[in-house]
Amino acid sequence: MGATSHAHTEEHAHHHHEESFVSKYVFSQDHKMISKQFLVTAILMALIAMMLSVFFRLQLAWPGESFGILNYFLGDRWAPDGVLDRSMYLSLVTIHGTIMVFFVLTGGLSGTFSNLLIPLQIGARDMASGFLNMLSYWFFFVSTIIMVASLFVESGAAGAGWTVYPPLSALPQAMPSSGLGMTLWLISMAIFVASSLLGSLNYIVTILNLRTKGMKMTRLPLTIWAFFVTAVLGVLSFPVLFAAVLLLIMDRSLGTSFYLSDIYIGGEALDPVGGSPVLYQHLFWFLGHPEVYIVLLPALGITSEIIATNSRKPIFGYRAMIGSLLAIGFLSFIVWGHHMFMSGMNPFLGSVFVFTTLLIAIPSAVKAFNYITTLWKGNLVLTPAMLFSIGLVSTFVTGGLTGIILADSALDINVHDTYFVVGHFHIVMGLSAIFGMFAGVYHWFPKMFGRMMNTKMGYLHFWLTIIGGYGVFFPMHFVGMAGAPRRYYQYTDYPMFEGLTDLNVLITYFAIMAAFAQGIFILNFFWSAYRGQKAVQNPWKSNTLEWTTPVEHMHGNWPGAIPEVHRWPYDYSKPGKELDYVPQNVPLEVGEEEH
Amino acid sequence: MEKLLLILVVVLAIVGLAQLAKVYQITSELNKKREEDISPTSTKVNANLLLIFMIAFFAFFIWQTVEYWGVLLPEPASEHGVETDRLFNINWLILIPAFFLVNFLLFYFSWKYAYDAKRKALYLSHNNTLELIWTIIPSIVLVFIIVYGLITWNKIMGEPSEDAIAIELYSKQFDWTARYAGADDALGEASYTMITGPNPLGLITNEGIQEKLEELSLEIEQMEKMLVEEILPDSRVKEIKEKIGMRTRQRSKVLNYLESKRDFNTAKDDITVKGEMHIPLGKEVNFQIRSRDVIHSAYMPHFRAQMNAVPGMTTQFKFVPTITTAEMRTKLQDPEFNYILLCNKVCGSAHYNMQMAIVVDTEEDYQLWLAQQKTFVEAPVENAPGDTTVAQADSTLVASEAELIEEESKVAVK
Repeated sequence: MGATSHAHTEEHAHHHHEESFVSKYVFSQDHKMISKQFLVTAILMALIAMMLSVFFRLQLAWPGESFGILNYFLGDRWAPDGVLDRSMYLSLVTIHGTIMVFFVLTGGLSGTFSNLLIPLQIGARDMASGFLNMLSYWFFFVSTIIMVASLFVESGAAGAGWTVYPPLSALPQAMPSSGLGMTLWLISMAIFVASSLLGSLNYIVTILNLRTKGMKMTRLPLTIWAFFVTAVLGVLSFPVLFAAVLLLIMDRSLGTSFYLSDIYIGGEALDPVGGSPVLYQHLFWFLGHPEVYIVLLPALGITSEIIATNSRKPIFGYRAMIGSLLAIGFLSFIVWGHHMFMSGMNPFLGSVFVFTTLLIAIPSAVKAFNYITTLWKGNLVLTPAMLFSIGLVSTFVTGGLTGIILADSALDINVHDTYFVVGHFHIVMGLSAIFGMFAGVYHWFPKMFGRMMNTKMGYLHFWLTIIGGYGVFFPMHFVGMAGAPRRYYQYTDYPMFEGLTDLNVLITYFAIMAAFAQGIFILNFFWSAYRGQKAVQNPWKSNTLEWTTPVEHMHGNWPGAIPEVHRWPYDYSKPGKELDYVPQNVPLEVGEEEH
Repeated sequence: MEKLLLILVVVLAIVGLAQLAKVYQITSELNKKREEDISPTSTKVNANLLLIFMIAFFAFFIWQTVEYWGVLLPEPASEHGVETDRLFNINWLILIPAFFLVNFLLFYFSWKYAYDAKRKALYLSHNNTLELIWTIIPSIVLVFIIVYGLITWNKIMGEPSEDAIAIELYSKQFDWTARYAGADDALGEASYTMITGPNPLGLITNEGIQEKLEELSLEIEQMEKMLVEEILPDSRVKEIKEKIGMRTRQRSKVLNYLESKRDFNTAKDDITVKGEMHIPLGKEVNFQIRSRDVIHSAYMPHFRAQMNAVPGMTTQFKFVPTITTAEMRTKLQDPEFNYILLCNKVCGSAHYNMQMAIVVDTEEDYQLWLAQQKTFVEAPVENAPGDTTVAQADSTLVASEAELIEEESKVAVK
């Protein structure tokens, strides 16, 4: 199959027939265009989700105060007199989380970089199936539209938290936003799962079958390894979310009782008997935890590549990096219960999950130390991408360490569902994974758009983002250790939380600053896409194959034959070489050791 | 006007920035400067900033710890809480140095090895000894953390002792009710099918079963009568038929209790309280946690205790309180201080204010307080003001009937 599609695309590449606007820019089957579509959609979604977070941060810092901006955007229905409605608060929190986790960090991150880099770095003309790839984007697009549309529903967008635990999410009697808003959430999610599966299958098949001559699995760049493990995780875990969503739809609409039992609400004793809300949590987190790594691994892969290139030094412990990726991927499937220590699950089962969860710290530690050793005695070119990668390592370590506290069930008792958790996962996902995404954009922007991003603005963006980001999420650990639960509309009803007021104000100031910093990025991004300096073929003096393609995009990626690979991608500063980099397609000299 | 000005400022700012970028672009083109060439000045500035950032970050951490030490939770007021706090502190003793060390190495190396055209990077692809070291050391540390953590966890979650006091925590949107076993030392059975206005926990008593059956029969009868006697729109007919079905099924569930021929006596002397509950010092309290509607979570931060309340099942959490409320007030020099039970699982719009005060009494005070409380038979639970969900919901049917009659009379007038 691989051979025939090669022949086909090669032929295709030589024809150069003119394409219509629609087939080139809209229903494109070219992986580079699809990657750009994913990226731009994700940026727009991230903007929306970030705006929602600023809205609820205003309420958390100054509860009950009037803000014109809230009334301006949310209207009299949800912010009468500029005061945020308490149901809308929950909807904002829920949609913020859903968009960020699924649409930005899953669809956006994997969709953009797996699509762009897999064919280019393994030496393939395109994805195994361009058609499925196109479908993957358009399913993604439709699901984002539905999710955003749910914000405009009269009864409110889904408000049961991004995990949408039933019965709260199953019963419109429990909260009005569990009505139409929740239905749209579920439909959007089901379509998103389909998109994600189409993408992942394509990535796996492409990586396994379409590598160019000489591109052994042990010569793959770490980006590709990370995308590969991510895709496998997605294929194995997203169907379970699909099942969970489907069963919830049935419970809501068809009168089944998978998740419902013994409920009295709205003056009625409901019919369902024998279901279990805990079942939903098992199904949800069976996806939910691998999902954390679906979000994080691509970011780690991107960072591995960028740190090695800009340190002008091989990545330290290439095989250990692959091994730890595989270990994290495997372990991520047997740790989901650590989200459920307090769910009423058998405490002994909890013990098992404590054990497996803490094991993940070992491959993670290996990764962190390997990054740092790569920097040691390197010659670090501090590009914006490199700074974001360094930021990623810092946040990965900081967030990982607090994860050890949360994985310890005895400690989780008191910090479960508090701001400690919010701080922890935002440092890992909201900073680490997002930093990985930014690093990727700065680094591969010349490959995507044939132009350079502005470096100075990149620096400004980085510094404001890391200061703002740590400023927002670091203090949250203290808020959590003071016992403040998450998803609270306000804390003014509790004397014990009075001392936290100024901390909440501080967090909001940092949040506003970080939000403005993203404006710089947006400006830089769109400006550079059209007006940026024209890129040269290999601006970062990198070894990987994508930099052997011409700057101008073309179908089939290489004008002539696909280059052959003779070495691993990390021959930076190799002794005895004139230049400090040796691209993968340069043959080994006589007597030269591979590494 | 203000809005217009704001928009104007934003637009101007964007235009200004764009112009700046353009000027920068043109000058750099004139200088033949390429974006990917990082000038030595840029390298130096960013390398120094990395180091400064690290110092500022560490200072921020220390400042927060000092500044907000006071707002963290006071010393634990339960036996196991002392142990979890010790576990917490020992974990921090390992994690905080690791945090400082790894972040220091990262930022220090980033500063020290910043680009220098005269230098060449070291070609170092791997070193098995080093990698073994940082696999084995974290492994050993983690084994310690895991073993210590699990010992503590198993102690906390173990079986309650024989003489533990069972207290039920019953949750619904948006309040808590505590139920004590009363003189017979046994919590009576309860079922969501038995819930009525005066019996919001659905406690099962022999009389209660009869009353509930009669109530349901009457409701069903009324609705059937409506169907026969009145001319209703189709949607309304469907709705009523569904309701009849639901009530019939509920009735058959209640009927099961009657047919079981069991004697439901234990609930009669149960004591239910709202707003504030009391527990005795030094006695193990075993909380039986239930929910009527959605998932809630019983979170008692001062006791380091938490467990979800899940509809359809009973969960439990036990602890021994060690400091009375009075003592804690003296310790914190806060005469207003109260231990508190919060809801910690999002449960609806008023989730943020679903609380109950907990008072830890000495044994004598506790018995005194308990003796003053009325039993379920003496005084059925009064709904707190504002808690009208039950009454309201029960009356919805009646209300909609009234609406219908009104509508019909309008039709008749026409």
